[in-house]
Amino acid sequence: MTTSEQIVFSKESLDVVQKMMLRYPEGKHKSALIPILHIAQAEFGGWLSAPVMDYVAVILKIQPIEVYEVASFYSMFNLKPVGKCLIEVCRTSSCWLCGAEDIIDHIEKKLSIKVGETSSDGMFTLKAVECLGSCGTAPMMQVGADYHENLTIGKVDELLEKFKSEDKQSRYC
Amino acid sequence: MPLVTIDDIQIEVPEGTTILEAARKIGGDIVPPAMCFHSKLKTSGGYCRTCIVKVEQGSAKDPRPMPKPVASCRTNVMDGMVVRNITSPENLEARAGVVEMLLINHPLDCPVCDQAGECHLQDLGYEHGKEATRFEFARREFEPSDIGEHIKLHMNRCILCYRCVKVADQITDGRCHGVINRGEVAEISTYIEKAIDNDFSGNVIDVCPVGALTDKTFRFKSRVWFTKPVDAHRNCTKCCGNVRLWYQGEEVLRVTARKDQWGEVEDNVDGSTAWICNECRFDKKNTSDWTIEGPSKIDRHSVISANHYETNLRNIKADTLKMLGSVPHGVKVELGTGALDPNNLHK
Amino acid sequence: MSKKLLLKNDHIHNIHELSVYRQNGGYSVLENTLKISNPENVLEEVKKSGLRGRGGAGFPTGLKWSFLARPEGVPRYLVCNADESEPGTFKDRYLMERIPHLLIEGMILSSFALGAKTSYIYIRGEYFYVARILETAIAEAYAAGLLGKNIMGSGFDHDCYVQVGAGAYICGEETALLESLEGKRGNPRIKPPFPAVAGLYGCPTVVNNVETIAAVVPILELGGDEYAKIGIGKSTGTKLISASGHINKPGVYEIELGVPVEEFIYSEKYCGGIRGGRKLKAVVAGGSSVPILPAELILKTANGEPRLMSYESLGDGGFATGTMLGSGGFIVMDEDTSIVKNLYTFARFYHHESCGQCSPCREGTGWMEKILHKILEGHGTIQDIDLLWDIQSKIEGKTICPLGEAAAWPVAAAIRHFRNEFESYVQNPENIKDIKHYYRLQN
Repeated sequence: MTTSEQIVFSKESLDVVQKMMLRYPEGKHKSALIPILHIAQAEFGGWLSAPVMDYVAVILKIQPIEVYEVASFYSMFNLKPVGKCLIEVCRTSSCWLCGAEDIIDHIEKKLSIKVGETSSDGMFTLKAVECLGSCGTAPMMQVGADYHENLTIGKVDELLEKFKSEDKQSRYC
Repeated sequence: MPLVTIDDIQIEVPEGTTILEAARKIGGDIVPPAMCFHSKLKTSGGYCRTCIVKVEQGSAKDPRPMPKPVASCRTNVMDGMVVRNITSPENLEARAGVVEMLLINHPLDCPVCDQAGECHLQDLGYEHGKEATRFEFARREFEPSDIGEHIKLHMNRCILCYRCVKVADQITDGRCHGVINRGEVAEISTYIEKAIDNDFSGNVIDVCPVGALTDKTFRFKSRVWFTKPVDAHRNCTKCCGNVRLWYQGEEVLRVTARKDQWGEVEDNVDGSTAWICNECRFDKKNTSDWTIEGPSKIDRHSVISANHYETNLRNIKADTLKMLGSVPHGVKVELGTGALDPNNLHK
Repeated sequence: MSKKLLLKNDHIHNIHELSVYRQNGGYSVLENTLKISNPENVLEEVKKSGLRGRGGAGFPTGLKWSFLARPEGVPRYLVCNADESEPGTFKDRYLMERIPHLLIEGMILSSFALGAKTSYIYIRGEYFYVARILETAIAEAYAAGLLGKNIMGSGFDHDCYVQVGAGAYICGEETALLESLEGKRGNPRIKPPFPAVAGLYGCPTVVNNVETIAAVVPILELGGDEYAKIGIGKSTGTKLISASGHINKPGVYEIELGVPVEEFIYSEKYCGGIRGGRKLKAVVAGGSSVPILPAELILKTANGEPRLMSYESLGDGGFATGTMLGSGGFIVMDEDTSIVKNLYTFARFYHHESCGQCSPCREGTGWMEKILHKILEGHGTIQDIDLLWDIQSKIEGKTICPLGEAAAWPVAAAIRHFRNEFESYVQNPENIKDIKHYYRLQN
């Protein structure tokens, strides 16, 4: 990942990318940008470095700035490295009403990090995020693609233990 | 042709004319200010909201008022449309609100800004702004940066008009700067350090309505009101070569494109837009490089026009129309018959 | 009043699978329609049904469809807005997760009516697992000849794709959604032109909410006239309500429009009353952007009539004493809730979600959040309350897209109905409840 030579999609990802581009009319392949950035983020360490974005620009035959503009607009794209396990706790209205702040407090203490920080072992990053559409099952957090709902302090503890032992990256796809 | 009434003044304009363009044809104080619209840049306008007007009657066919203020730069006139700009206190209040929003995070560093004197935001603040800010929090801050050898970016001053992005898209080959991040922290950037390097990149300076993009070769050399604009041309292989030289004494301190009374880059005689190349702008700073045509006609823009040797005849038109603005509603004013044509006034 | 049209089968085990969905009558409406009907009739039935957009704006769907330009030789698109992001709203997620084929059947029927050969379901990126469910369902539909060429032998060809977003509330605004679908920043377009004339890739496009498109299936099953008999007045049919907050039974409920609000909150069939037997303080009835109402005004209109769950009744009294049905995101707050703090979470949300294109929203949303934060920190003044009011009025109606209103209305309503709470916070900061910490914008 340090040199651009190493930034190449796996064969499986490339197949997905090729298929993805067929979903749009001819000449409109830029539509595949966001889906491809998701794949790139999952494949190249959970975040989008400038060389990774340049690689995506080459694939789509667009200017690199068009990729930077898009990647920096959407909250799910990480433009800085994150921990292997990205914990996103919802904090908007209904989740707040149902105790999201206690959950965030607890995770901060448990992992000895503040919101926005990554644990020193590079394992966990904690984010407080805006409404994830899980208001009826509040409080909740998203870890990778998974929603964990109706959280209690006890449930959070169990999940954190589980994430520690699962040494795998959380990713959306 | 649609007949539109703006601040009680009627004018007939071709189909597809925007309210702003129609107002500019009338001229004077009834013209809404425009920070992001630039008639030479496709899809520009609509962002800054300073040109909002109240549409009291949508059209003759559908006389209902429009429910919200509209951006006059992006709204086409309809036959029988009735628009209020400066004759609507409510509209002026709304515009003052927009101006306040544009200023809350602005550094107000005019004393050290090269744009001072020809800054649209300065004009806007002067005309519509409040005396003191009601914003008591830390202002948003970005570090100044160089985008290319000759262009300085002061993001703190930017109002995100998108004009420079459109210049890069429409008149240069290959855009490498754009708007990154979103919301309050959105910024003009190349994202990774990258020089904007093409023959026409300097035009972003001319379209910038504020001091966000400035010419480094002119940086801190003088204040614009101490310089005298002169129109000149040269045979250039890259561009039209029609420029404006800004003199202090015998010295050419700055070269820009020629801009009209709205601050927009003028057209050449052949109808193309007089964008200029970087060589003309940054490298040709000797009188001997140029054929001098004569003093530039400058008006409207704040301090440059004050005490300018080219008498500000165009304002006569504005004053006349201001008087005409008080004629009873529905009286049609004939325009363009010659007497009020600013071009004739110069002859 | 109890009628289920969309969720009548949501309790059936594995209803997300094509075989189970078909065993329970799924795709029979599509089959009949393709066999015996035509696009004009489908449009006619949708018009007759009185269906109104379920995403929040409540615009008549049939009318929206009839605006679609039909120039020769230009493709038309249907785009499903599954970018559900309005705080308090989670009904589309439920519907897509449980009964994905209902949406797909609705997509094909609507596309048939509109003459769209291609459709996209734009789903918010965070709903990744739901996108997977949809992808699986679409693959099943292709395999069964329900999508692709010559659907069910009718000669109608249609392709349907799922497109994921990547975290941006603004993409729920239809033109921002189209920009995003084109691989760009989710900046709303300046209108006109409207999508019906120049939408996706500059072609005529209809953008409809998930629930709206799904509702086309029961409308064609019952017939537009029959559907219109369900509900009350111009609020026809059923509506999915996402109920959350301090209630005993949060969740998604399908109601026949016209159910009394009081019944919805207190009956065992729906929310089951307030948690812990507490008193009701306030309700945000239609998602974060609609005006909050205090208990007395949400249960009864200013005239003392019982307030009903319908577009008209919730809107009764205008913003002075009423609100909106919106997206049906129903957030209930008990007597101990700090309205100012809840408003702060909304203000922070809109600040975070502003795209930054136009000045009043880009600058004003952050300003409002900062003032509310200051008040909650105990440093507010009476002037701050007036300033908040003034700022929201300077945003409302001055922006490119409705996010301006969405950010302004909650602030206005909270001050309008709970000014005394704001005043008590600034005059006696010790009254500020539940002060712990406030998470500011983080990246």
